[in-house]
Amino acid sequence: MLAFTLRRAIQAIGVMIAVGIIAFSMFRFAGDPVNQMVGMDTSGAERAAIRKSLGLDDPVIVQFGRYVGNAAQFKFGVSYQFRLPVTNLLMERMPATLELAICATIFAMISGIMMGVYSALRRDSWLAHVFQAVSLIGISLPTFLIGILMIYLFSVTLGWLPSFGRGDVVHIGWWTTGLLTLSGLKALIMPSITLGLFQMTLIMRLVRAEMLEVMRTDYIRFARARGLTTRAIHFGHALRNTLVPVITVAGLQFGSVIAFAIITETVFQWPGMGLLFVQAVQNVDIPIMAAYLMMVSLIFVTINLVVDILYTIVDPRLRSTVSRAH
Amino acid sequence: MTEPVLSVRNLQVEFASRRGTLRAINDVSFDIAKGEVLGVVGESGAGKSVTGLSVIGLIDPPGRIAGGEVRLAGLRIDNLPPEEMRRVRGKRIGMIFQDPLTSLNPLYKVGDQIVETIRTHLNLSEAAARRRAIDLLAEVGIPAPEKRIDGYPHEFSGGMRQRVVIALAICAEPELIIADEPTTALDVSVQAQIISLIKRLGRDHGTAVMLVTHDMGVIAETSDRVAVMYAGRVAEIGPVQDVVKNPLHPYAKGLMGAIPTLAGDDKRLVQIPGSMPRLSAIPRGCSFNPRCAFAFDRCRVERPEPLPRGAQSVACHLYDTVPAESAA
Repeated sequence: MLAFTLRRAIQAIGVMIAVGIIAFSMFRFAGDPVNQMVGMDTSGAERAAIRKSLGLDDPVIVQFGRYVGNAAQFKFGVSYQFRLPVTNLLMERMPATLELAICATIFAMISGIMMGVYSALRRDSWLAHVFQAVSLIGISLPTFLIGILMIYLFSVTLGWLPSFGRGDVVHIGWWTTGLLTLSGLKALIMPSITLGLFQMTLIMRLVRAEMLEVMRTDYIRFARARGLTTRAIHFGHALRNTLVPVITVAGLQFGSVIAFAIITETVFQWPGMGLLFVQAVQNVDIPIMAAYLMMVSLIFVTINLVVDILYTIVDPRLRSTVSRAH
Repeated sequence: MTEPVLSVRNLQVEFASRRGTLRAINDVSFDIAKGEVLGVVGESGAGKSVTGLSVIGLIDPPGRIAGGEVRLAGLRIDNLPPEEMRRVRGKRIGMIFQDPLTSLNPLYKVGDQIVETIRTHLNLSEAAARRRAIDLLAEVGIPAPEKRIDGYPHEFSGGMRQRVVIALAICAEPELIIADEPTTALDVSVQAQIISLIKRLGRDHGTAVMLVTHDMGVIAETSDRVAVMYAGRVAEIGPVQDVVKNPLHPYAKGLMGAIPTLAGDDKRLVQIPGSMPRLSAIPRGCSFNPRCAFAFDRCRVERPEPLPRGAQSVACHLYDTVPAESAA
């Protein structure tokens, strides 16, 4: 088990170094940052001075070494547009994005699993058909459109919920949270649903399909022959067997939730990392773009690692194959 | 005569399909007495498993019991409300399925599955149920049960898993065990062990056993009586010695002729020509008539009903008024 975790961790580091190369090469191929920073009438000498102060005239390999070394300490240089350390900018905005992503995932998991189980067990009920229709909408409508429609309905027409921003936030150390104020919670509702809707439909369809599959297995038939209660069969035996693929998908999707947050954050003007990234793209602020790439990759890699470990907790069969394999 | 543990009368099971209703079981009747092992034998699709499943009330839609009745120790169970039938399953009727590799939930320890079943049916504490589970595992011949109880199904071999399945089937002391091809998925040496285990448990607990199989060897070794099924009907039923040594129904004769002997004679085994009709195309009259060497006009028109013949009962026109010798 320890060897397995360790091996996966080493693989994760390998992936991060590869991402580092891509992030670093962005600096070299996305145009000359000095031109972006200075005015038209800046002299050549001034340009060279800026170039030197930013370390852009060193050999590539030295620059890469410096970049990786810094990145390992979470130093991603100074933003071209804000003239502030990128790390500070990202950290400032990370709580907003993470809170949004976690709320969206929790919303997606809870409603997705409940709807999936219901539509598998009561396949022919009208509510199951409604869920199927909703899931089609969730899968086919683009995120920004859902967000805009919701703003139109709940903010503009009904005036129930704020159309942009995070509401009031509370500072806990360096973390800012909107979960403790009423306006913060209200502001979270629409972005979370918008962001989580796609995941919800995915989980719902997955749970439904898996549940139908599991209900046909011999051990469910045997559980019925043993006279177990319907409740124990459905939720004790069937649901748990559907959870392995659900954990995988939900886990891996958490990475895309953070990545997709770019769109949701833009629609709702949510002050998170995604919004920062969009602004960085508009201004060719490469340090922010590179750091964002590294951050998102780190989150993806970490989630993969956690999902692998979670598997072995849910499914005992993997536990022993894993320990036998080493 | 005391009341039989299981009494099935004129059971009919139908499956609604797009091309009309298919009758999988057509007027099947039999009894199983306390402590008796009834072997149910027949080709694939003869209705053996469906009979077992309809007794325990586990026929999946679109299948349904269309007629007849099933009585367990006198109590009619084929029309019980689902919740009451659930209490009968596992408590009064235990069931063993064919494939032990897939019968157990892979995510739970075998002990937890046994304890769960015990506590569903008997009013026992967690600790008492666990002690009982260990005793049960010991009884079905699992070595070191106090250790193995915390093992997961995948840590057991096929034969050991079938023992666990048997422990689960008997954990609430049922009056009847339905064993649906319990040895088919096991290798031959393990088969014998499982068969003798089922036999011993039936004897020790006075449990009636309905043993569904297509293996005549297993039947001959285990059963007290045997029912030969063909196309959803019982062709012949009687004490196992009589049916094996002196089968009456032409189909039963064919089945017995297809068993190789160890006597060393190199006679060719008898083969029944043709195959069993599909449910959608069961012939008129006796369903066996197209394959029967003795069929005459009446067989193609009128369905034969079971006729007592000594200890045996046979559904064949050859034995109606005509003397038995002419069939041989």
